[in-house]
Amino acid sequence: MSVIIFAESVEGQVKKSAFEAVTYGRKVADALGVACKAITLGKAENASELGVYGAQEVYNAGDAAFDQFDSQVFATAIADAFNQLGGKILVLSHSSMGKSLAGRLSVRLNAGCASGASELPDISNGFIVGKSVYSGKASAFYNINTENKIVSLMGNAIKPEKTGSPVEVKPLAIVAGVPRIKVVERKTISGTVPLPEAALVVSAGRGMKDPSNWGMIEELAGELGASTACSRPVSDTGWRPHHEHVGQTGLAIRPNLYIAIGISGAIQHLAGVNNSRVIVVINKDPEAPFFKAADYGIVGDLFEVVPRLIESVRKFKAGH
Amino acid sequence: MICKIEFCFQIYLPLNLKFIESMKVLVCISKTPDTTAKISFKNDGKDFQSDGVQYIMNPYDEWFALVRGLELTEAQGGTVTVLNVGPADNDTIIRKALAIGANGAVRINKEPEGAWDVAHQIAAFARTQAYDLILLGKETIDYNDSEVGATLAELLDLPFISYANKLDVNGAEAVVNREIEGGTEIMQGQLPLVISCAQGMAEQRIPNMKGIMTAKSKPLNVIDPVAVDSPVTIVRHELPPAKKSVTLIAPEDTDELVRLLHEEAKVI
Repeated sequence: MSVIIFAESVEGQVKKSAFEAVTYGRKVADALGVACKAITLGKAENASELGVYGAQEVYNAGDAAFDQFDSQVFATAIADAFNQLGGKILVLSHSSMGKSLAGRLSVRLNAGCASGASELPDISNGFIVGKSVYSGKASAFYNINTENKIVSLMGNAIKPEKTGSPVEVKPLAIVAGVPRIKVVERKTISGTVPLPEAALVVSAGRGMKDPSNWGMIEELAGELGASTACSRPVSDTGWRPHHEHVGQTGLAIRPNLYIAIGISGAIQHLAGVNNSRVIVVINKDPEAPFFKAADYGIVGDLFEVVPRLIESVRKFKAGH
Repeated sequence: MICKIEFCFQIYLPLNLKFIESMKVLVCISKTPDTTAKISFKNDGKDFQSDGVQYIMNPYDEWFALVRGLELTEAQGGTVTVLNVGPADNDTIIRKALAIGANGAVRINKEPEGAWDVAHQIAAFARTQAYDLILLGKETIDYNDSEVGATLAELLDLPFISYANKLDVNGAEAVVNREIEGGTEIMQGQLPLVISCAQGMAEQRIPNMKGIMTAKSKPLNVIDPVAVDSPVTIVRHELPPAKKSVTLIAPEDTDELVRLLHEEAKVI
């Protein structure tokens, strides 16, 4: 019996969300007194590092066909590995890939699934997993009744913890099936951390007045090592690309720090960000609803506050 | 007369077949509390407090899945059927989907018990039909599970593409752009397909008066559910602890903000 973690990789590298999933999986395995094993599909050059975050055994099925994602091919392989390795609990990331897989695997493994889990399971009476619902306005606790169980873990719900050392990657004898979906092209924005994975986010809204003013947002994000985001009106008018839009209809994110600049904080925007650990709001309108959801706020003209904040961050970095 | 009709068929029907694919599209819609609804619970947190709550069609189902399904069938021929798993109260949102333009509707008559149940109900129905495309929103705005599409695709043994923000169909081939972390994947597949839809797919459509009038006479078939055991039960809900009121910092004192973020919040 073991906890199996499906560790996602992209462009040959295991993703940060996979290290979170392994950290989570190891804690579950320890609580149950069972082994923690991680599997990777396709190229995953740094797979042995999964051991650092708690995997006791790491496996790889290296078939090059796994370098392209097809949910049926992946689900077949993961279900196969799960059974080969004596799995009882499967942990995966609640990512674009994980969301395409969890439902399929729940059918294949006849396993109940807690999707988007944000807490460790309570195993004192059942297997109860907490997750955020109603776009962050509440939590729900799912009890998984089946013998096999699936947990898809929300990004940034747990910090990756270095508790072990690299382990040797063993090969998995799994051959990829023939995909029915073909990936024609994959376009990624290089150089920045993808928003759903970012720990720090600097976001701006209509208060910026003009897209040409975004330099200071990028500068602040650069100083903090943060990713940039924006509100819906800003992406709708084409000031910023759509993939930066966070909110009800855009991306839902849960970084450790969300700095909202010139965003009033409509409920639809809050739905995408109110799971952030700490929210800072900079707005000249003291009545902006965002202040009610904020931990720290500055009421002031962003064109004066942001350049000053950039200087403060620089000073802080120089001193640390 | 008869001769003339035959003549028409002979001339036009082959042409029509050549240019128009008669696509059969199923759009799965859910009912959710309005985005601005106050969220609270009753019975020790077990059940959602629905008194006075306004319900809507799940926005991702309505704005993205339904509208794109309509655009495709309007341009290329075909029909859109909307399907909902829910009690008779849900007819309000189903009629709205018909008013927006769906050709017909099916309601599977039961209070849904989560993603597993919903996917199994839809699959049991869809198996009896031959849909070319099954579209649904990327997730519902209440439980945010994002699970029905993949479960349904597995039950029907169909390919599944999640978080699609662009969908074009050419004959039996679909080209789909999907959101991935920090980018886009362009995928290609043969119909039939299950696709979950995200922002970018289409724009919201407001039903017009003609749509609202014709919706009343469009077919809404109510069918019985199949027996399903849910593998997951919700034991309770909790509201987040009341947020501490905001700590305001003077606009001149950004150094203090940075200090608090480092020393108190420990996020930088």
